[in-house]
Amino acid sequence: MHGRKTLEPFWWGLFSAGGVVAAFFVPAHVLLQGIAVPLDWIPDAPELLRLWPVRLYLFVLISLPLFHWAHRFYFTLIDIGLKPLRAPLALLCYGGAFAGTGIAAWILLRL
Amino acid sequence: MMLNRPDPSRLHPQPLPRTWWLRRRSYFLFLVREFTSLFIAAYLVLLMAGLYQLGSGHEAYSEWQGRMAEPGWILLHGVILVFAVFHSVTWFQTTSIVIELKAGGVKLPRAMFTALNVAAWLAVSAFIVILFQSR
Amino acid sequence: MTEATITLNVSRFRPAEDVEPATRAYSVPMHRDWVVLDALNHIKDHIDGSLSFRWSCRMGVCGSCGMMVNGEPKLTCSVFLRDYYPGEIRVEPLVNFPVLRDLVVDISAFLDKLQKVQPWIVRDEEKPAADGEYLQTPDQLDRYKGFTACINCMLCYSACPIFGLETDFIGPAALALAHRYNEDSRDKGAAQRWNVINDHHGAWQCTFVGECSVACPKHVDPAAAIQRLKVDTAKRWMRSVLLPWGRK
Repeated sequence: MHGRKTLEPFWWGLFSAGGVVAAFFVPAHVLLQGIAVPLDWIPDAPELLRLWPVRLYLFVLISLPLFHWAHRFYFTLIDIGLKPLRAPLALLCYGGAFAGTGIAAWILLRL
Repeated sequence: MMLNRPDPSRLHPQPLPRTWWLRRRSYFLFLVREFTSLFIAAYLVLLMAGLYQLGSGHEAYSEWQGRMAEPGWILLHGVILVFAVFHSVTWFQTTSIVIELKAGGVKLPRAMFTALNVAAWLAVSAFIVILFQSR
Repeated sequence: MTEATITLNVSRFRPAEDVEPATRAYSVPMHRDWVVLDALNHIKDHIDGSLSFRWSCRMGVCGSCGMMVNGEPKLTCSVFLRDYYPGEIRVEPLVNFPVLRDLVVDISAFLDKLQKVQPWIVRDEEKPAADGEYLQTPDQLDRYKGFTACINCMLCYSACPIFGLETDFIGPAALALAHRYNEDSRDKGAAQRWNVINDHHGAWQCTFVGECSVACPKHVDPAAAIQRLKVDTAKRWMRSVLLPWGRK
């Protein structure tokens, strides 16, 4: 029988998916929107960001890596000795990922 | 199975020091690798802030664009970029240990798997930059 | 001409007599073909008979002689004095385990963990001997063969900081052996090992530091085994959630 007493497989699955998205997609955006556009190497494209498929892409780009961070950072904090604080840390990390996802959805809807 | 267990009062514990991650280069690099996720998250917060300003009207977005062109913010993005790249490379390296690909009975070497992923990542990144400039 | 010597700084601890372990320096003859275990046996035979340590095969297959050599977990039968000479060699008991005496650690917690993963072929029914052997293709053997090399030496447990932080973590060797049997086509015990692997102290506690695989003298690669267990467990869990009527 497959016991379901722990939800770790679920969080780990999100962590993995988020890791793939972060690995393949995030660096380009950091370079593009964080450095190239502000320094005028490449012109900005705000109308592009308003397209619905792009908004959906941005939602995935933000949400999944946030869950990647949540799971990974939570375990990192435990590893450096903060285990006694694991309940508030879990709330901070996973709660932060949920909050970030909700806020991202709201921001993308009002673009 | 009956184990001959020692009297616990006679044992001397060897607890791991709190600064274990400073004691070996490999442990320290592990921690740096794990902290890359924090820099990724930091960028996502900045991205959300930028998108928020974009949705707040022309004046707000112009002010945001001006601020993001300041040297301090550019430097921050530079630091984030370094950690984001380190995240990508170490992600592909660790994935190569987990996933074993076989073609016709021959195992793909881990270094090759990593290299293929890096190539795909660079291609995807180029694609994103090109798409961004399309009208 | 005086014989060349090398200094070993060995951790000594007498239970119920000493409060803390202390280091004692011993001068041992330097031989190019001696390993650290030879030096320890020289100390025991000629200098101090009370020195206690585990050893057996002298050839890296029994897993008994694991100790910290200059801060690294090693099989003392497999590290040569010449690789440290003329420097001094520090010999200490395996870290992350409680010290019983001198260089001997209490391994009973590890043995418990090993039993928990049921590291043997689990089947509902055995094939009668008259029906012949179980057959495996080279590919089927390849899936688990590397993980069979584990000699239970526990160097991986000393290398693992996660086990150091949380001694309830089932640990690299136990998980690698669980994977070895799960991947063996003759074994039908994956469901029985599930609750041990799919646990907060099972595979999920591992954060892929990877030092276990670096320390392993038999190239078992427990780190790879554990991450694959995570993938397998996540897949099974997803199937049990999305298809609850599916196979058990």
